[in-house]
Parts: sequence; structure tokens; C-alpha cells
Amino acid sequence: MAIFLNENSKVIVQGMTGAEGTKHTKRMLASGTNIVGGVNPRKAGEKVDFDGTVLPVFGTVKEAMEATGANVTVIFVPPAFSKAAVVEAIDAEIELAVVITEGIPVHDTAYFWAHAVATGNKTRIIGPNCPGIISPGKSNAGIIPANIAGPGKIGLVSKSGTLTYQMMYELRDFGFSTAIGIGGDPIIGTTHIDALEAFQADDETVAIVMIGEIGGDAEERAAAYIKENVTKPVVGYVAGFTAPEGKTMGHAGAIVSGSAGTAQAKKEALEAAGVKVGKTPSETAALMREIMQGL
Amino acid sequence: MDLYEYQAKDLFAAHGVPVLPGDVATNPADAKAIAAKFGQPVVVKAQVKTGGRGKAGGVKLASTAEETEEKATAILGLDIKGHIVHRVLVTPASDIAEEYYFSFLLDRANRTFLAMASVEGGMDIEEVAATKPEALAKIHIDAIKGVDAAKAKEIADAANFPAEVKDQVVDVIVKLWETFVAEDATLVEVNPLVRDPQDKIVALDGKVTLDENADFRHPAHAELVDKQAENPLEAKAKEKGLNYVKLDGEVGIIGNGAGLVMSTLDVVAYAGEQYGVKPANFLDIGGGASAEVMANGLDVILGDEAVRSVFVNVFGGITACDAVANGIVKALEILGDEATKPLVVRLDGNNVEEGRRILADANHPLVTVVDTMDNAAAKAAELAAAGV
Repeated sequence: MAIFLNENSKVIVQGMTGAEGTKHTKRMLASGTNIVGGVNPRKAGEKVDFDGTVLPVFGTVKEAMEATGANVTVIFVPPAFSKAAVVEAIDAEIELAVVITEGIPVHDTAYFWAHAVATGNKTRIIGPNCPGIISPGKSNAGIIPANIAGPGKIGLVSKSGTLTYQMMYELRDFGFSTAIGIGGDPIIGTTHIDALEAFQADDETVAIVMIGEIGGDAEERAAAYIKENVTKPVVGYVAGFTAPEGKTMGHAGAIVSGSAGTAQAKKEALEAAGVKVGKTPSETAALMREIMQGL
Repeated sequence: MDLYEYQAKDLFAAHGVPVLPGDVATNPADAKAIAAKFGQPVVVKAQVKTGGRGKAGGVKLASTAEETEEKATAILGLDIKGHIVHRVLVTPASDIAEEYYFSFLLDRANRTFLAMASVEGGMDIEEVAATKPEALAKIHIDAIKGVDAAKAKEIADAANFPAEVKDQVVDVIVKLWETFVAEDATLVEVNPLVRDPQDKIVALDGKVTLDENADFRHPAHAELVDKQAENPLEAKAKEKGLNYVKLDGEVGIIGNGAGLVMSTLDVVAYAGEQYGVKPANFLDIGGGASAEVMANGLDVILGDEAVRSVFVNVFGGITACDAVANGIVKALEILGDEATKPLVVRLDGNNVEEGRRILADANHPLVTVVDTMDNAAAKAAELAAAGV
């Protein structure tokens, strides 16, 4: 099964002809993703050769969907143009929009999220400022390296890109149903809870790793959700125990404000919900290893 | 980026929010001159980016220019929660009939904006929220529709602003929203918003946080950066486009990806407990981890006199470990004799064997390669303790 992304996903890339878009379109193609085209209003009608795969460029997301049946878009456009790109994807009612771009002003994200809500949430948004989503062996939408781990039965949801890679690497002998990086911005589309709900419903997923970090209260809310709704085993990790108050740690959303958003509070909330929380990424992987070996 | 009160009030004034006149002084003589110009009792207010100024002795009333000079002398140089006062705002003292609270902020949980208002202002709003939550009105704002006069009236009604000043408050709320949106702020707070004896509404204090992701459309915001107060290492890192935060420890940290670096700090802190050493910084060199970026990163970290050892923690995802290893070797070449502290390197991920082979072949006397993150953290802490 996998969640949100599978072997039937037809993927387009907004910003495919830019430097990042080109680099990662090649990587996604190499990992077996069914990419059917790109979007760039200034290059509409052109064709681009990616190491032998020739892809058409469309003027709009809607045209690309009509011509190819695409149901997923991966967005690499620069921050200044991201709001328009996401709004366009929402208006075209594409099923899934994966927003990789880092550095989008939060007023712009709030705007496109409000637009998604106002139009009935027909498009699932992942990100922004995220590595994307991979269902190993099926499809890869974003920048997660496909060769870290293969298909398996662990579901992974994480705010952090490199910690996603690290955890996939540590548990590569088990493999993953889907790994999803939801991003480190203060406002994001798909949340920990959305992913937990989908993993709980996914037949292929037997256990879940959830990675959080300082800032906001998404982990606390996820803990409350797990307590009520998730019966599959969940292992957690939270980064940023030693982060000082009031300093942004790399991710725009990773900031402890006063007594709110601390790693300790998140860890305690998760543990109170029955989630085993590792002190380090390796210890977290070991906890999951134990669970997988016991199943 | 957090602004000083005087900067916040300048932005308010630019968007039509009523504020009192005021000028900033960096020395007592200037403070005296400003007070003389106003020719009336003034308030001397420490300009620091933290709360609790009043309790710390950072806000004082002065009835004459001479007294202003004395008060400024007392306030300048104060340490308020680790923030040294370099500037004071001198502003006419005002008569206050009532104090209110108002803010617009980011509501992460609801993925939108929030207005918070209370007629019980002037004190710590977290305390009001905790002890008397019914006195604090919280109204969600639709990020597309924003705040017009009707929405502002809804907020003012919810907070029970008195009828005599409600129209003025509504107008101030609309203008504060304009400030919030036009300046790409993530926080606009007025505490207190005051009603004077003549029923005039004035923003007596101001707190604004700007979204640095929006700097590309606000060139003027660059002028609001207080270069003098920046940590010199942080300023140097910023110039080189590095994501660096100075911390109070001895183990320099370089990693790729914000989450992995935060995690590295934690692991080093645990490992350092037995030696009494801590992480010296946060430094995320991003996914690329090229030789040049690695050299820049090492250069910044080795410029920190407190650093005794450096832990380079890279997961080869998009960039393979061999490229990272070459980056480290070249970075050490570039730095030459300037690299003097032991480096513990942990590489994992793509092409890790090749990466470790490159580092082994280079056989640099400062470099120790350790296979896991936890063991590498322990080694870096041990070396830092030995170097103290």
C-alpha cells in the first residue's frame, strides 16, 4: 500500500528546468519515479532530455494534468514564487503537492494553506522546507536519496531531512513502507498526525518511527492522537534538548519560546502516550529494531 | 529577527499606529539633551530584546533633564537577563487611565494568525492567560481575508474594550494588522496599549518579530540589524552564508541538516557530562557540504577561542561521503597552520567506505575517524576535556 505516494503516482515537477529542479528530476527518474512532465510558463511546449528520458514542459499545472494524468507535483520554485506555484497546484486540484522549497515567508505559507482550506482541501500539501516523500521501490517525490533503504514495513514521519536519512540508514535491513519528511517550518501542510493516521490505516505498515524537534506543540498533539487512535507500535525521537531559548536552530520553526516548544516537554508527552522515546538516533533505531524483531 | 522597542514603534508610526514621540540615546549626555528638548518629565527606557525591563531597573521616570542624565547613567550598561543595555529610549512621561494588551501572532497549531486582546494589560500576558484566561480574547484570523474594520470590531468586542474608546481601538487594530502584513512580521505586540485621561489611545510599548525568510522583499529591514550587538562569530558566519549559532561550550560542531545538527548537540552534551564539556555551537552546512563550505565552517569554529575539539558529523545523503571526505581534506589544506584543534569525523551513508578510505589515506594528524555518532561524540568530548 504505502501512504500518499505509490507505484501508480504520476509526478510532475514545478520548477523542473531550474538548477535544483533539474538535478532532482534526474535523481527521481533514476530511482524509478514515474515523472510525466514539468511546469514552467516561460518554457511551455519545450521538451527536456534528462539522461535519455525526454519530458514535456507545460505552461500550467492544469495543462500538465490534462495532458498526462499527473496526480502529484513536486515544487522546486524559488521562495518568492512559491506562493503562486502552490496556489496554482491547489486550483488545479492535484491530489498531492510536495513543496521542497526552503525559505518561504510564513505569511505566504499561511496564505496558501488558507487557500487550500477555503477550497475544500482537495490537495494534500507536504512541506514546505521538507525533503519530500518516498515509498521505496514504488515512487520518490522529493530529494530523499532512494538508495538508503528499500521497501519494508516501517513507516517514518520526520520534521528533519537528514534525520530521516539517518533513521532510514540505521533501519535499512528492515526497509520502509513510506518515509515522509514533513518539514521544519512553523506552518506546514501535512502534519505528524496526518501521517500517523495514514500509517495506522495502511496494511503494509506494522510500526512507526516519529521524529520531532523543538518548537511549537505538534509533537504534543501527535502524542495525544497516538494515545487515542494508534494501535501500531510507535517509537519516537526528539532533537534539540540542548537548544537555548529564543534561538532559531536552522529550521525556521525550530525555536524554544519561553517555556514552550522544549524537547523535554515533547518527550514527556510522547512517553505519557506509550511511545518509546530514544535518547539518540541510534538508541531510537535500536528500540524499533527490538519491536520489529518481536513482531 | 526581534526588534528593539524604538524600532517597533518607528514601524508602528509608519503605519499610522499612534505612539509617543521619543529619541534614542547611547550616552547620558544625549539622553539629557533629548529630555531638555521635550521640556517635561520623561521616561528613560532600556532598549533590550527581552522582557522584564521594569523589574530589572531598566525603566525610570525623570522629572528634569539633569535627572534624565542620572537615570540614563544608571541604566546604560545594565545587564538585563544577559542583555547589556547600549541604548535608552527617552520619551515624554504619559498619564495613564487604563492599560490594555494587544497582539497579532503566528498560531502554529491552527496554521494561521491569531489576535490576542485584553483590557487587563500592562502585566505579563502569559500570567493573565494562566490565571485569568477569560480576560484574554483570542480570535483567529483568516490569512486571506485579513483584518478589516468589521473583524477589528469583533476582536474589540470580544475583549470588552470600553465603548468610549472602542472606535479608536478598532482603528489601531486595523493599523497593527497592516503593520503585521506589510512588514512580514510573525509577532506584533503592544503591552501596554494605553488610554490616557483624555481618552486617547496610544501604543506605549512595542514588540515586533520579523520573518527573515521575507527579507528578499524588505531591503529596508537590513538596516534594523544591530551589528554592534551581534556575536562576532555569528556575524562572520552570516557573511559566509552559514547557519551558525554560538553556544557556551568547548566542542565545536559541524553537521549537515538542521535536525541532525540539533541531534549532534544533544549527543555531545550527554557524552560531555562526565567531562564537564558542552557543545560550542550549532553549525549546519546544508546538504552540499563542499570543500569550500567545509573550510568556511571550520574557519568560523576554529575562530572560537573556547573550542577545544571539533566534531564533524555528516550523513551522506544527496552528497556522497567521498565528496565530503575530500571536502574535509581540502578544507584542512586551505586552513593550513590555522587548523590546530583535533577533529573527530563521523561519516555515514552513501559511499561511506570510500569516504573513510580517503580520510585514512590523507592521514591528517588532527583527524580521528570514528564509526558511529555516539562514539564520535564521546571521543570529541574526551578530546575537548583533555585540551582544557
